[in-house]
Amino acid sequence: MNSLIRWSRPELATWPSFGRLTDLRNEIDRLFESPLAEMARSARLFSGWTPSLDLYEDKDRLVVKVEVPGMKREDIDVSLHEGCLSISGERKGEEKYKEADVYRAERFFGRFQRTVALPAPVAADKVTAQYQDGILTVTLPKTEEAKPRRIDVNVN
Amino acid sequence: MQTEQRAKAEPRHEPGYVTPEVNIYETKDGYVVEAEMPGVHKDGLEITLEDNEITLVGRRQNETVAGTPLFRERVLADYRRVFEIDPAIDAGKIAARMDQGVLTLTLPKSEEVKPRKIAVG
Repeated sequence: MNSLIRWSRPELATWPSFGRLTDLRNEIDRLFESPLAEMARSARLFSGWTPSLDLYEDKDRLVVKVEVPGMKREDIDVSLHEGCLSISGERKGEEKYKEADVYRAERFFGRFQRTVALPAPVAADKVTAQYQDGILTVTLPKTEEAKPRRIDVNVN
Repeated sequence: MQTEQRAKAEPRHEPGYVTPEVNIYETKDGYVVEAEMPGVHKDGLEITLEDNEITLVGRRQNETVAGTPLFRERVLADYRRVFEIDPAIDAGKIAARMDQGVLTLTLPKSEEVKPRKIAVG
């Protein structure tokens, strides 16, 4: 089901809906007696790689997390342009398996790009990116103007 | 060089888990399985071998709360996938390595079944 979720309309998917979709897939699998995941995977072959992306906000910053396992740091590009954050890169296959028999090839190798419009202005010079356990985390501090500000009310 | 029996990899559905995407290769020395488990550190891996089945479980590390989600595509469930393995595999020599969310499992064949060159006298 994970492959299908990637192509669903981006909206907040929470635990309960994940459970329901899981049940639904079981039902559909039983109906056609062929694993739906297999079809979803072959469909992805033609449409490339769209790594899953999350965007979080708190009062001081925006945080973007993208799942790009098995990359080299230097093959990931992060750029900021006119309020849009772009993350792109290329994942290369292992040369040493070129000669081997391939029984299953579900992993995608090649280029990807994701762009997300940021909902608040960010301080471009303070953006940081970290790559750990196959997850790229980009932290974008908001500009001072974009941060919520408390205004004291003076009472005479 | 192909053997009759291969590592079977039919994806079985595991409720509440994400099925990791895998690549499986066979070389003359054995099999290599690569499984994508972003968010899993090597401490979160549980690999169990029982009879002729190998179970891969990857538990995500608890991620620090990054604020209110505005947009969410990732499924933050743990990973699980079961494979039936070729009896020719030497279970004692299975090795695992985790690197940037990709698990690489090496399953060597036992010495007896490896193709061997016979010198013609």
